[in-house]
Amino acid sequence: MNTFHPQIIALAGNPNSGKTTLFNALTGMRQKVGNYPGVTVEKKEGKFFLENNEITLLDLPGTYSLTPRSPDEKITADILLGKSEFVDTPQAIVCVVDANNLERNLFLASQIIDLQIPVVVALTMLDNAENSGVEIDAHRLSALLGVPVVEVNALQKFGLEKLKKALLHLHQQKNILRLWKMPEPVEKSCEEIQKVLEQEYRYSSPVAFFESLRLLSSDTFQSNGNETSNGTVKKIVESNYQKLELFEIDRHAVAIESRYAWIQSLCIHVLKVQKTAETISDKLDRIFTHKIFGFVVFFLLMGIMFQSIFAWSNYPMELIDNGVQFLASNIRQSVPSGDFQDLLVNGVLSGVGAVIMFLPQILFLFFFLGILEDSGYMSRAAFIMDKLMSRFGLHGKSFIPLLSSFACAIPGIMSTRTIENTQDRLATILVAPLMSCSARLPVYTLMVAAFVPSVMLFGIISLPAIVIISLYLVGVFFALTLAAVFKKTILKSAASFFIMELPPYRIPSWKTVGMYMWERAMHFLQRAGTIILGVSIILWFLATYPKLEHATPSERLEHSFVGKAGHLIEPIIQPLGFDWKIGIGMMGSLLQREVFVSTMGTIYNIQTSDNNSSLLQKMQNDIDTRTGEKIFTPLVAICLMVYYVLAMQCMSTIAVTRRETNGWKWPLVQFGYMTVLAYSVTFAVHFVGTFFDF
Amino acid sequence: MTEVSLNNLLVGEIGIVSKFSSNDNSFRQRLMEMGITRGTKISVERFAPLGDPIEISVRGYRLTLRKKEAEHIVVQRKRS
Repeated sequence: MNTFHPQIIALAGNPNSGKTTLFNALTGMRQKVGNYPGVTVEKKEGKFFLENNEITLLDLPGTYSLTPRSPDEKITADILLGKSEFVDTPQAIVCVVDANNLERNLFLASQIIDLQIPVVVALTMLDNAENSGVEIDAHRLSALLGVPVVEVNALQKFGLEKLKKALLHLHQQKNILRLWKMPEPVEKSCEEIQKVLEQEYRYSSPVAFFESLRLLSSDTFQSNGNETSNGTVKKIVESNYQKLELFEIDRHAVAIESRYAWIQSLCIHVLKVQKTAETISDKLDRIFTHKIFGFVVFFLLMGIMFQSIFAWSNYPMELIDNGVQFLASNIRQSVPSGDFQDLLVNGVLSGVGAVIMFLPQILFLFFFLGILEDSGYMSRAAFIMDKLMSRFGLHGKSFIPLLSSFACAIPGIMSTRTIENTQDRLATILVAPLMSCSARLPVYTLMVAAFVPSVMLFGIISLPAIVIISLYLVGVFFALTLAAVFKKTILKSAASFFIMELPPYRIPSWKTVGMYMWERAMHFLQRAGTIILGVSIILWFLATYPKLEHATPSERLEHSFVGKAGHLIEPIIQPLGFDWKIGIGMMGSLLQREVFVSTMGTIYNIQTSDNNSSLLQKMQNDIDTRTGEKIFTPLVAICLMVYYVLAMQCMSTIAVTRRETNGWKWPLVQFGYMTVLAYSVTFAVHFVGTFFDF
Repeated sequence: MTEVSLNNLLVGEIGIVSKFSSNDNSFRQRLMEMGITRGTKISVERFAPLGDPIEISVRGYRLTLRKKEAEHIVVQRKRS
């Protein structure tokens, strides 16, 4: 017998089975995260050594079955069945099986064993299983499954060497006897279809068997061969549909039921469950999903998380800002002044600053999300929030991304990855930027301070506070309404189920959380960062050229492309009550919304940013030379704020949406609908306001 | 023994799956793949604080599904 030398090994298993932990333990930092072409599914691979051979380990998306019902599951099924265009069929499979949940995990394991690719079962979560009174006879399980079974504890590095040894001892076997059986007539039909598939499509026999099961259990015949072969196959498949009908066999259910029946009979021999009084998970759930305490805990956790991205991340962000300023002053000293220095400082450096400015928020958010996910709390959060979110066609898991978007839509959109259903995920991504992010706050504050009288209402709350709260509510209102609209129109899914596992609670592993944060941060820097940097430099160019010598900064800005664009769009934004100066501010906001404040400062010739009071006065007193009326009225201020709530002015968000949806279609849809929404709502507000002579 | 939809069971009650009342085969297959096959014992563990979804215990693990989905699972109610 030749020694077996696999080059690509796939890691497959159910979601929550400890697959990622095992992947991290085997590959360490030698990981690469990318995307499968054309889909939003993440491709994770890593390297590890088997004796002296470097092996590629492919971490396949978690799935409950090889009959895919989502893009993620389809990737796994396609790769394992050798149907993927982008990935070679793995030569061996490590199938992760959660000991707590043996029966259901064995369902996928049994499907994988049927493929006749050499497989090792890695039995995980044994410590948890022991605590909840579950005992598994691994030797017996191995004998009954016909494949090696290795007990592993990836966090404590237990069983990893054994797993590698088992992989080295694998060898290619042909025509292994299938251990589970279906009723005789089904077996016969299956055999007949399998034969014709092998002939017509040249499928290998395990793939043909799997496809025959798929064809037998699907509603109507669908296949992927050429026309003549399809005709032959179709005839045989459909005649078998009729045959099974005569036997009164439910062909949609029979394969699944037979497989589970076999698993059940197998588990009698290997699985011992001692009824424990009440597991720790249950005790925790009595609090975490309690009618009152459940929400108390939930909102407390959300509060801490929100606080961290909203307030705590300010400190590292300030450090970054100081660092950027420090570098800028160094460059100003060492590089001769001129266009090149200006490009370095105001183009490259401010672009880099704009990118890494988001890092603290992203790290904080994913630190919390990692803990929530790894501890098992995330699915409880979805459990208690689902009813509320489902009213708007969203998923229980949409809540956290939307809440995070109050701080910044970028980490918010990145965190939608936990939503498995593509349609629900897209709806959440599309509306996330409507939640007022922290970058809008400086704009709100400036406008409110200048044009909303600071009076107390009912003696308890000030008018400015009410205005700001209302702006947040306007965002929430449109986000939820539009989510519902999208789910009924462009994101209508045939059947959106909420069938979700509630895994037992575990103590989160720092390593897993750390890897998660690292992965997200790198992803952001590589993918979105490059786009943000590029656009920053373009924006700098547009705000600098054509140059006007010997002029004030305000005149220079007005003379530049951006300034001209401000004038150019004036007729378009005039119905909203905005003049060209606001137009320039809106252009500048593309980098970050709060840039509006500093752009206004430049236009009104305010040199230092801490001189806000004089900016306020200048804005209040600014008079339109054509009409002799004030440019900024309270109505214009309100319109401007409404516009800022609803408009997509953040190119970083566009970059992240592009990255997360893997294409330009959804960012364009997002930009388009938000622009139309912002324009029409602001127009309506201005129209009504003018009508009532506000 | 009475046949009821899963969403009609109370917390702590146990039912044995007898059939599905949905014609959506893809939905039915997903439930079966998750272990909800005919003859499987299901117990209702709790309802979410707002009354929906339901948490059930099946084949030794916990699963949550909306009432709308549980409606399609017909069970025989067992005296517990």
